[in-house]
Amino acid sequence: MTDGPPPGTPSPDLPEPLPDGTATHPSSAPLAIHDMTVAYHRRPVLWDIDYDAPPGQLTAIVGPNGSGKTTLIKAAVDLVPRASGDVRFFGSAYHKVRHRVGYVPQRGSVDWDFPVNALDVVAMGLYKQIGWLRPVTRRYRDKAMHYLERVGMADYAKRQISQLSGGQQQRVFLARALSQQADVYLMDEPFVGVDAATERAIVIILQELREAGKAALVVHHDLQTVPEYFDHVLLLNMRLVATGPITEVFTPENLRATYGGKLALLDQVGHRMTLNQGRS
Amino acid sequence: MLASTDILTASFSSLIDGWFELDTWIVVTAALAAMACAIPGSFLVLRRQSMMGDALTHTVLPGIVAAFLLSHHLKSSGWIPVDPDDPHKAYDATTYTFMFIGALLTGVLTAILTEWVRRRGAVENSAALGVVYTSLFAIGLLTIRLAADSVHIDPDCVLYGNLESVWDGNQTPRAAWISGGCLFVNIALASCFFKELRISTFDPALATTLGIHATLIDYALMAVTAATAVAAFESVGNILVIAMLIVPAATAHLLTDRLWVMLILSTIIAAVSAALGHVMAISLPPMLMAPFAEHPLLSGVPVESLDASTSGMMAASAGAMFVAALLLAPRHGLFVRIGHRFRLAIRISAEDLLATLYRQDESSRDPTVFNGRPTLVQRFATWLLRRQRLVGDSSGRLELTEPGRHAARKLIRAHRLWESYMARHFDVPADHLHETAHKVEHFLDPELRDRLAQELDTPDTDPHGREIPED
Repeated sequence: MTDGPPPGTPSPDLPEPLPDGTATHPSSAPLAIHDMTVAYHRRPVLWDIDYDAPPGQLTAIVGPNGSGKTTLIKAAVDLVPRASGDVRFFGSAYHKVRHRVGYVPQRGSVDWDFPVNALDVVAMGLYKQIGWLRPVTRRYRDKAMHYLERVGMADYAKRQISQLSGGQQQRVFLARALSQQADVYLMDEPFVGVDAATERAIVIILQELREAGKAALVVHHDLQTVPEYFDHVLLLNMRLVATGPITEVFTPENLRATYGGKLALLDQVGHRMTLNQGRS
Repeated sequence: MLASTDILTASFSSLIDGWFELDTWIVVTAALAAMACAIPGSFLVLRRQSMMGDALTHTVLPGIVAAFLLSHHLKSSGWIPVDPDDPHKAYDATTYTFMFIGALLTGVLTAILTEWVRRRGAVENSAALGVVYTSLFAIGLLTIRLAADSVHIDPDCVLYGNLESVWDGNQTPRAAWISGGCLFVNIALASCFFKELRISTFDPALATTLGIHATLIDYALMAVTAATAVAAFESVGNILVIAMLIVPAATAHLLTDRLWVMLILSTIIAAVSAALGHVMAISLPPMLMAPFAEHPLLSGVPVESLDASTSGMMAASAGAMFVAALLLAPRHGLFVRIGHRFRLAIRISAEDLLATLYRQDESSRDPTVFNGRPTLVQRFATWLLRRQRLVGDSSGRLELTEPGRHAARKLIRAHRLWESYMARHFDVPADHLHETAHKVEHFLDPELRDRLAQELDTPDTDPHGREIPED
């Protein structure tokens, strides 16, 4: 219920000792992942991820299908349990700085037949601010409307969400994330299945976020647009292949390492393990 | 409460022969129970956990039996006081409290166990639910059997309830108080936690990242559902609880696009199906059986006294309302969709007719408007065009009026622009162009027509060399 510090001010939380008590995390990066491993049904999907997200930059998370991109985001915000490792946002554990982290799930993760309209969905981003036991008052509806306007969806506020196109649905999700007024955004495939106009709208919003000094990590599929839309890239294939500024890291060799040769081997191993466990 | 039921009794008995105060109480009790069920039921339907309602109504059995036995034991060993007026009474307030708590706990336990089986067993949700639900129900039955001497639970009563004997003849029935209280609590919970229920149902992941514990809300919903089921059991029985958890909510979902409207509608539908069900139960059998009054099988049975199971009829009338909503719903309904399709067919047919007449004028060919006899849709479309004065008759044949010609020009323009566009960009042979353009012409609005024209540098003729008219 406590309102977070206004955006841009540093978090008052000091770095805490790691669970093993041996060291304190030195970084106050928007997102710092240390030695993280995640497993589903004892099958590891992410191995030993060490990563510090650069502040105030747009980072693309890139990798083939099944490389753990979504899992990386979900594990960072405690939606998926971590087998080991540590995640810090601005130097603090996630549960202490939830309000500074905006999470945009995949569009396919919710039931679009749900009886709510676009405005209701955007207002959901404000629920924490509104607090328990309080209704969504006029003031918050106006606020939600403001964010719908920002993504160019004001005319669709009263539409039931299944009557929106894929791109419009994605914009509603984005408006909801913006309403959280977070300092770092984790977005899962916002560009998938959207029209060209929405793609441009999302890019503009990302740039506005960067200008406001915020960081965004975006799972992205389209390799062609990575250099155009993003500053940094994180190449992922169950392990972290490479990370850094686009100009240095987004090279054919690194991409081959992410998608090519090595991938085939990893895929085979993964496939064997899947077969041995009797499920796909 | 009594005064208002008197009014109900008076108004119903003026409509239906053989309606007494007992009937009013049956309806009131059942309606309260059904409304109480509809609220958690709405959230179960939206979470796609409808089967959970079915499961919970069974899995609470071991919970209430265990709670009953515990309270019995505590009473006999003096830990909790017994009713001084009737020390051997099996069911008193304490026992009921215990049974409610037992139901709440088994509700949560069902949810936890199901999730555990789903993860450990790596099976899908309904399979996990099937495992948990049958096991817990079996344990409940076994416990009843083992403790048969001290537990007075009648399996028939659990299934069908005992609505017919709900009223003792002078005061507000206890079942009505319990169901009413349960309804009140459910309304209070749903309004206080409306926001939290909405977000954790729609997007549990977002709820969790906002710090709203979706799993906790999930368990709370299971607990409330289980408690509601137990409260409604005694009066309306298991079958009606299952029906009332799901059917009114599913019906309301068809009728509205707003969550709070859906909640209110579902309780109204629940109440109406309770009333309708009882009316049907007492009035349908005599009506249906009247022609067979002389049949030897019915000898000695007065037809007027026949009736059907009230609970069963209530569930059936809820089902009937669902079917009605399926057919008639404003947006998702079958009739509306058929209507849409019919209107589209009429429009396309009318536009085709306009275009045909335009082409005839252009080539001054012999008029054959329809190939063979016109279909029903074509005749209707012609009638519509005449009415809108887009076509008129001259010397016994159809002709475009000036507004009609204007409308037809747009269609022909769309058709020929599309043909040109296809020919330029897709390398389609000239004799294949017409088919697709014939379909697409109905869906190109002015903006798209202009963009096509721009793209093609405003051509004058189509690939067949015919003129592309101005808009």
